[in-house]
Amino acid sequence: MTSPDNLPEVPDAEVPEVAQTPVTEPPVVRRGMFGVQDSGDTSGYGGLVVRRAPQLSTPRPYGGYFDEIVDGLGLDDAIERVVVDRGELTLHVRRERLVEVCQKLRDDPALRFELSLGVSGVHYPHLAGEELHSVIHLCSLTHNRRVRVETSCPDADPHIPSTVGVYPANDWHEREAYDFFGIVFDGHPGLTRIMMPDDWDGHPQRKDYPLGGIPVEYRGATIPAPDQRRSYS
Amino acid sequence: MSTAYDEATEGKVYSVNGADWDEVVGAVRDADDERLVINMGPQHPSTHGVLRLVLTLDGETVTEARGVIGYLHTGIEKNMEYRTWTQGTTFVTRMDYLSPIFNETAYCLGVEKLLGIEDRIPDRAQAIRVMMMELNRIASHLVAMGTFGMELGATTPFLFGYRDREMIMDLFEYITGLRMNHAYVRPGGVSVDLPAGAVDKVGEFLKEMPKRIKDIRKLLDENPVFVGRTKDVAYLDLTGCMALGITGPILRSAGLPWDLRKSQPYCGYETYDFDVPTERGCDVYSRYLVRMQEMEESLKIVEQALDRIAGPLKGDPVMIEDKKIGWPAQLALGPDGFGNSPDHIAHIMGSSMEALIHHFKLVTEGFRVPAGQVYVPIESPKGELGAHVISDGGTKPYRFHFREPSFNNLQAFPAMAEGGQVADVIAAVASIDPVMGGVDR
Repeated sequence: MTSPDNLPEVPDAEVPEVAQTPVTEPPVVRRGMFGVQDSGDTSGYGGLVVRRAPQLSTPRPYGGYFDEIVDGLGLDDAIERVVVDRGELTLHVRRERLVEVCQKLRDDPALRFELSLGVSGVHYPHLAGEELHSVIHLCSLTHNRRVRVETSCPDADPHIPSTVGVYPANDWHEREAYDFFGIVFDGHPGLTRIMMPDDWDGHPQRKDYPLGGIPVEYRGATIPAPDQRRSYS
Repeated sequence: MSTAYDEATEGKVYSVNGADWDEVVGAVRDADDERLVINMGPQHPSTHGVLRLVLTLDGETVTEARGVIGYLHTGIEKNMEYRTWTQGTTFVTRMDYLSPIFNETAYCLGVEKLLGIEDRIPDRAQAIRVMMMELNRIASHLVAMGTFGMELGATTPFLFGYRDREMIMDLFEYITGLRMNHAYVRPGGVSVDLPAGAVDKVGEFLKEMPKRIKDIRKLLDENPVFVGRTKDVAYLDLTGCMALGITGPILRSAGLPWDLRKSQPYCGYETYDFDVPTERGCDVYSRYLVRMQEMEESLKIVEQALDRIAGPLKGDPVMIEDKKIGWPAQLALGPDGFGNSPDHIAHIMGSSMEALIHHFKLVTEGFRVPAGQVYVPIESPKGELGAHVISDGGTKPYRFHFREPSFNNLQAFPAMAEGGQVADVIAAVASIDPVMGGVDR
């Protein structure tokens, strides 16, 4: 008899109002529980199959003021997809149109996203052709609204146009995303490392950046790096 | 003393090592180049930690200023990708170490939004969060204003500021167990309820604090030297603030009453009665006034939160009642001085194997957070502190990024300092109130 305490909790508040349609069939990301490869897994989790979360794309209507923003922007050909999730609007913008979209978001009286809250880089090594993402959060003080503008570029050609011309606040943020992810922001006035030393090799917050293990004083043994250890995931 | 090899590109370079002033003065006397590039920091006491400023001077006038950061980068965002969602609080609390409660709250609000449990956080936990945040805001502003006075040559405000902040540190130690790096706010609520006597202690603090704030204001508000050093210094108007993404007291000193506690409330701030102080001077003095008034407003909020905690919310839970997320034990101070929960230990060790398994799973594995990304902003003492949280559905964050107000606001320092006197650089940096732990993370 399963007590109700042990059943997985299904939160009802988090389900978005709009139906989400997966763009692609989510691939298997992991089998088993502890990353065991070399020996039998006796934990009982050997048959577990975990699929990657599907990529979301929300159809119209988006609800709330989100429709006004997308309609007011009127650049549907520059937007790859729109995602409404957990009450937040994300515009996935083609990188060659990024500056144009930002300019309109800032200057159009109906949009007026005056305040940029910086650039956040993300590395998705499993998304072929769009491994590196640059996420800009914008806020409109006039209308008290928020929007997220997301742009991607392939790892082989890590170039995204710089938005410093539209939002001078993004200066240091773009340097940070370059430093940590290797995204080259074309047109940035001085794209140099900001946190790491100038002669540092690699971009440390990428998922493929090698992590160090810890040598221990027992017959040359090493504590494996965090991503090599057996762990729940 | 030495001269650089690439004089053709850089001009004449003088490296000063300390004991060679005669040589330097002799060499500079004959030079026809008036431009002087100097390094301030990274270990200069008035640069708020390890901040390096590169200043180009023409006489006493700063013609070009650049900030160099990264000396305190500790890779917190990367580290968090290999810890559970609960362990994340212990990392973020160390970012901006003068406002740890804000870092923790922004983090936890982000995780809670991803989990979709914002509506199920107990009111008592939210009231405690608000009370702790506002106490923390006062402590942060006291350090800001205390060091501010010291950097401009007034050491008494510094002593007053640290003395008064000590009262808040004592409260934090009493409530969370630690003076700094509390890890007190957790996803789902707060780690432990207020200990017995905490309400009285906060009450005593509320009686004492207004007098202390008044003392500092008496020292500085009308002080002719202080006003002379700060009025119309480091001017940055609303247009500049908007372009450079400035939020917090600097934005409000330019006359815009933008405060996320009012405009996009969280943790129930819409139910508290307080004002958003603004000034119109756009200068260092206005930023000082805004911060002093904010401390007075914070006291009002602490008082209201305390009334709720001691009154209608008394005895309510402080952690979400969801056994898959909330920590199983409610700790209390044990006889050994550490947090302990004898009832819970008796339960898992003596009577219920399932409870033991559950405890072990939750603590070692942690809970899973549905895939997705959110951005949660809160109003920290320095401005908008935003948590950009991405989950891939696992027990650890996929990516965590903090939009740190200090990091962003420090960009504005050249705009404030260029064209001014070199002595005003100190006032400009102090008025930004950057904390390098937050800037570099």
